[in-house]
Amino acid sequence: MSRLNLLLLQIAIAAAIILVWYIGSSVPIGGTCLLPKFFFSTPVDVLARIEKMFANASIWRHIYITLTETALAFFIGSGLGIVIGFWFARKPYVAAVLDPYVKAANALPRVVLAPIFVLWFGLGIWSKVALGVTLVFFIVFFNVYQGVKEVNPVILANARMLGMKDRQLMRHVYWPAALSWMFSSLHTAVGFALVGAVVGEYLGSAAGLGYLIQEAEGVFDVAGVFAGMIVLAIVVLVVDWLVTLLENRLLAWRPRAAERI
Amino acid sequence: MSSGVSSALPTDEASAIELRNVEIAFRLADRSEYRAVRDIDLSVAPGEFVTIVGPTGCGKSTILNAVAGLVAVRGNVRVFGAPLAGLNTRAGYLFQQDALMPWKTALANVAVALEPAGVPVVEARDKARLWLQRVGLANFLDRYPHQLSGGQRKRVALAQTLIRDPEILLMDEPFGPLDAQTRTLMGDLLLSLWSADRKAVLFVTHDLDEAISLADRVLVMSAGPAARIIAEHRIDLPRPRASTDIRLEPRFHALQRAIWADLRDEVMRAYDNAKAGPE
Ligand SMILES: Nc1ncnc2c1ncn2[C@@H]1O[C@H](COP(=O)(O)OP(=O)(O)OP(=O)(O)O)[C@@H](O)[C@H]1O
Ligand SMILES: [Mg+2]
Repeated sequence: MSRLNLLLLQIAIAAAIILVWYIGSSVPIGGTCLLPKFFFSTPVDVLARIEKMFANASIWRHIYITLTETALAFFIGSGLGIVIGFWFARKPYVAAVLDPYVKAANALPRVVLAPIFVLWFGLGIWSKVALGVTLVFFIVFFNVYQGVKEVNPVILANARMLGMKDRQLMRHVYWPAALSWMFSSLHTAVGFALVGAVVGEYLGSAAGLGYLIQEAEGVFDVAGVFAGMIVLAIVVLVVDWLVTLLENRLLAWRPRAAERI
Repeated sequence: MSSGVSSALPTDEASAIELRNVEIAFRLADRSEYRAVRDIDLSVAPGEFVTIVGPTGCGKSTILNAVAGLVAVRGNVRVFGAPLAGLNTRAGYLFQQDALMPWKTALANVAVALEPAGVPVVEARDKARLWLQRVGLANFLDRYPHQLSGGQRKRVALAQTLIRDPEILLMDEPFGPLDAQTRTLMGDLLLSLWSADRKAVLFVTHDLDEAISLADRVLVMSAGPAARIIAEHRIDLPRPRASTDIRLEPRFHALQRAIWADLRDEVMRAYDNAKAGPE
């Protein structure tokens, strides 16, 4: 399938959804609309709302704040995940002792932590960053842990036969192996950083996309909620696209699925 | 020439590799033990080229791993007279499996082999380029392993092993995935490199012709489990050898027949064992 066809098909799906939404909410069938305006708004209203957001430029500040929180959560969470993942993989005893705590912490729904983080870090960006960190950390941690622990034993034996000692093994074998696992979960990690930020904003803040949506919901402004969601979706797509670009650079040594047949 | 199991040439100097009464067993998941090889006595003199042939699964790689210091053994392993403890740092090992670092290009894979010796990066890269040229990969310096064919990967690995100039070479079917022509070429290359500075070589192969045309001695292993070395053939063909010519000589064919006679029954036995399943 060519790229153009793909794009056309993708646009067609969006058009179909909007059309159904438009007809359902704006064309009365037997006196009532199938999708009452109060609950579903209409595409025209939502579009007008988005236009207004961008017209008075207020939206940029919210996007900026959400992205800042996302980036901070991602980098801090990844850094911690890498360091502790390495530590666990190289010290099986530590890993064994702490195993139940890691599992328990990972299984905990992070939303319950949000109010505590607000108490600890206030209503500013840091409580959202903290929430994102708890999400990103575990993804990166598990991947790095796995990557270091399950380094291909033949590659490791070969490197050791080449005379490499601890530091060189770390640099040439363990580190790239761990990074490749981490990069393979890059999309998920970045996605979770964003989720952490938005959920944090939603639960209590004064700025950001999550805050916009929450604020609109508070006054039953359905058009505002949808507008916020659509802006959020566009931001997500752009971020994901950037991650793909980065990934292609970082993992150039990897066979792509399509090349493999 | 065929003379049961005996030690190598009588020499004053210590053997480069010496295994005495070696047994290697693996512990399996059900806590039982699988005895892969037993009663292994073999020695490789400095400068000697020894090949091992044997049916698949008999324990050829296992023996190389033992010499490399990668598996625990019962019995005695000596390297240049000293008991082997830990890794064999005087050996270069060309693994049967792919062992290149997939995140490094061919050039980087070869150059990194000089890092432990403290060779400056620029010099290492120059040398690596030279070695890749020698194995016929001058145009593939920037390829990652997954972008190379099996045979090309093997040649990168060969350059990676040889660039360090180890005193002992352990090679496990290094030319397995190559076509017959390239295989002969690589064999001749190996022989010419070897005759320049006579390393001790322990070389595993499935290919009898290759085993004979390269070696001073060919060792034949029995089928596993508990495989042994069942025969030893001294290859008295004159050197230097050009493998294409030497294969036409009557003496070559006589050796080939003799070794095949030892090997054939074992290959059949290995096949039957595998078909019958675990005893
Ligand atoms: N780690 C291991 N655990 C259990 N059994 C093993 C292990 N490694 C090897 N073996 C067994 O030891 C035997 C010898 O294996 P080895 O790899 O040395 O065979 P090989 O002679 O090199 O075979 P091939 O010619 O097919 O490469 C095999 O039966 C194999 O199943
Ligand atoms: Mg093998």
